[in-house]
Amino acid sequence: MKIGVVTFPGSLDDADAQRAVRIGGHEVVALWHGDHDLRGVDAVVLPGGFSYGDYLRCGAISRFAPVMTEVVDAAGRGMPVLGICNGFQILCESHLLPGALIRNDHRRFVCRDQRLRIENASTAWTSAYDEGEEITVVLKNGEGGFVADEAMLDRLEGEGLVVARYLDDNPNGSLRGIAGITNERGNVVGLMPHPEHAVEALTGSGTDGLGFFTSLAAAAFA
Amino acid sequence: MARVVVDVMPKPEILDPQGKAVLGALPRLGFAGVSDVRQGKRFELEVDGEVTDEVLASVEQMAATLLSNPVIETFTVHVEASA
Repeated sequence: MKIGVVTFPGSLDDADAQRAVRIGGHEVVALWHGDHDLRGVDAVVLPGGFSYGDYLRCGAISRFAPVMTEVVDAAGRGMPVLGICNGFQILCESHLLPGALIRNDHRRFVCRDQRLRIENASTAWTSAYDEGEEITVVLKNGEGGFVADEAMLDRLEGEGLVVARYLDDNPNGSLRGIAGITNERGNVVGLMPHPEHAVEALTGSGTDGLGFFTSLAAAAFA
Repeated sequence: MARVVVDVMPKPEILDPQGKAVLGALPRLGFAGVSDVRQGKRFELEVDGEVTDEVLASVEQMAATLLSNPVIETFTVHVEASA
């Protein structure tokens, strides 16, 4: 499949995301924030970083980048979209996903290997995992606290829209330990930790993150 | 020219780590008697011409779309006399 990775001014993890997409067996298409078309891609990854310097709110300016109009449109038609870290913040600001990400409750940047439980293995991006599977990938964020009102949290839990949950210590004050969520259709996934940094044994904590990049193929051939 | 001010505050139920940091710093500096601090943002918009209802409605829209995130923040709009 052709997977687009968007680079915003201030994106950091676009190169790693592109590499992960390739290792996952796909063709990468580099997309630029100022693009008005998605160049025929089948799916899009919004990578981590500090797009537009995190000015105003994380992801708030990126949401209005020309390429996001196309991404929001395509996501509405069912195109798989994965937002990692800053990408997750952009998805929330774009209202493709509910809730918001706020500053870590302990007020410090956190960077560590993080254990997660995959709670929903039926999304476009997590079908390569088993439900309940525990994985370890890198977590690095300053504003990774997932918040939503109680009614929305209950809805997310009740409808199985929580994709991944933090195990061990809650690293950033995310409500109900939520590390990632999806939309009703399961094509849009936002995740605070970084699976793209865990796709090769040589670097990082292992290859537990690879499933996020092989799931699309698994879904396509299922 | 007139100035329209948009004040954005984190919703009461949303944790405000920055406000908490300030609250923690106050007693260390010898300031007593403050029981809570919430930190928000203030936007000063210089607008051309008269501040009509139309202008105010447009600022409200800016505030709801870009300047604040309704999931975690509330905002108020008011007109200020320019210096």
